[in-house]
Amino acid sequence: MLKVEHIDVFYGAIHAVKDLSIEVAQGEIVTLIGSNGAGKSTTLRTISGLMKPKSGTIVFEDKNIAGVPAHKIVASGLCQVPEGRHVFANMTVLENLEMGAYLRSDKDGIAKDMEDVFQKFPRLLERKEQVSGTLSGGEQQMLAMGRALMSRPRLLLLDEPSMGLAPLLVKEIFHIIQEINAAGTTVLLVEQNANMALSIAAKAYVLETGKIVLAGTAQELASSEAVRKAYLGG
Amino acid sequence: MDMGSFAQQFAQQLINGISLGSIYALIALGYTMIYGIIKLINFAHGDIYMLGAYMGFVATTMLGLSFVPALIFAMVAAGIAGIIIERVAYRPMRNAPRIAILITAIGVSFFLEYGMILIATPQPRTFPAVFEASVYNFYGLIVNSQQILILVISLVLMAGLTYIVNHTKVGKAMRAVSFDADAARLMGIDIDKIISMTFALGSSLAAAAGVLVGVYYNSIDPLMGMMPGLKAFIAAVLGGIGIIPGAMLGGVIMGIVEAMVSGFFSSTFRDAASFVILILILLYRPSGILGKNVKEKV
Repeated sequence: MLKVEHIDVFYGAIHAVKDLSIEVAQGEIVTLIGSNGAGKSTTLRTISGLMKPKSGTIVFEDKNIAGVPAHKIVASGLCQVPEGRHVFANMTVLENLEMGAYLRSDKDGIAKDMEDVFQKFPRLLERKEQVSGTLSGGEQQMLAMGRALMSRPRLLLLDEPSMGLAPLLVKEIFHIIQEINAAGTTVLLVEQNANMALSIAAKAYVLETGKIVLAGTAQELASSEAVRKAYLGG
Repeated sequence: MDMGSFAQQFAQQLINGISLGSIYALIALGYTMIYGIIKLINFAHGDIYMLGAYMGFVATTMLGLSFVPALIFAMVAAGIAGIIIERVAYRPMRNAPRIAILITAIGVSFFLEYGMILIATPQPRTFPAVFEASVYNFYGLIVNSQQILILVISLVLMAGLTYIVNHTKVGKAMRAVSFDADAARLMGIDIDKIISMTFALGSSLAAAAGVLVGVYYNSIDPLMGMMPGLKAFIAAVLGGIGIIPGAMLGGVIMGIVEAMVSGFFSSTFRDAASFVILILILLYRPSGILGKNVKEKV
């Protein structure tokens, strides 16, 4: 479904992602783990079009989307939930969800999907008219995910959904990610919380200073000595 | 001055101030919207107002249009000019340091001012009387029909803008882009298009102000935008730059203060009063009346 091949991405002079290749198959949850500054977010931002790779190709459903502007990529069925949620804090929960459906004009479909989102995240329904800046971190994460789902993505990119959340909430969010996946959406998950990520993913890549250093099934990586030492706390 | 005449003078200046203030508000809205979306103080905005006045002049004298069609003509023409200016002058600078784009804006301002002098000569033009001016006297308070017209048109336009921003898809997208451009792109919003729309809307409001002033003062000239441009900028800062209701509030306050100063002291202090407001607001409440203190992202 998604095939990233040999991309190089720069921030000015900094070579943030080096010759990176990953592959995500339809229906999978694939995770990209690694420490702070390893290039995980840069990779996602490049896939979603916020950044341009200097070289390499990104093929999504047989189309090369490397360098295509972000708003056009969304239209092709790929949506990113950015790190740090980035909800529109000055707008209500409802307006945020409407923005998620910005490219759609099928009123009935939008209404139905909004119902689905509220079913998944009942707390958002309670706070529907509330300005989203007043939500808690967990609720904002739910909103950011709900907003992305409103675009009906076939591939959902999640950047650090667990960031800054209490363990119980992290569990809840990960459970919902599994639900979303079970409903047919492919997921590419970037996480620092390697434990959680490996527990729900099928396949995993380990990123270090912009390079993939390990790849395999999530099970393999969870039991690998090197990964345990570096990312799983022993 | 006894109490009675003081009260009357006060009420009279309030009326004058509100009508002047709604002009400032219309111009300030464009400043604040453009600032909100690309963080640019568009110093050419006052000249768009001048351009609008000239477009209104062309529409009424050369095309023979009546007031409302002329107003619409001027707004559309200035809206297109706004889109072109953003496209040609500001968009290539989008990722440049902020100071560079600010200087570009000053350049655009000069270009419009002296371009207009080249085309229309520096001589002031007499704006035709597009409709009968009548003066009403309510218990000693003088209100003329132009003041009422200014107020009505401004209110209609501001209500329209508020509706667009709060209830239409484009308006919501504008708020989304101004809050977080990257997140907006991830929603599929074409931010270039939304920025163009913002310039079009802001410019057309300024053009409306230009036509109204033309009707009110009967005289327009190529440099007429400088002072009102600055004043409207102060109004936008006063209300809280980037905040739409703030621009309306700031504009009206500025108008009232200026009218009071002209009425009770001397009109020579009028401009000074505006700049004193700017200095005070920058010293004591730089985020403006309706603004919240936000930390600059590092």
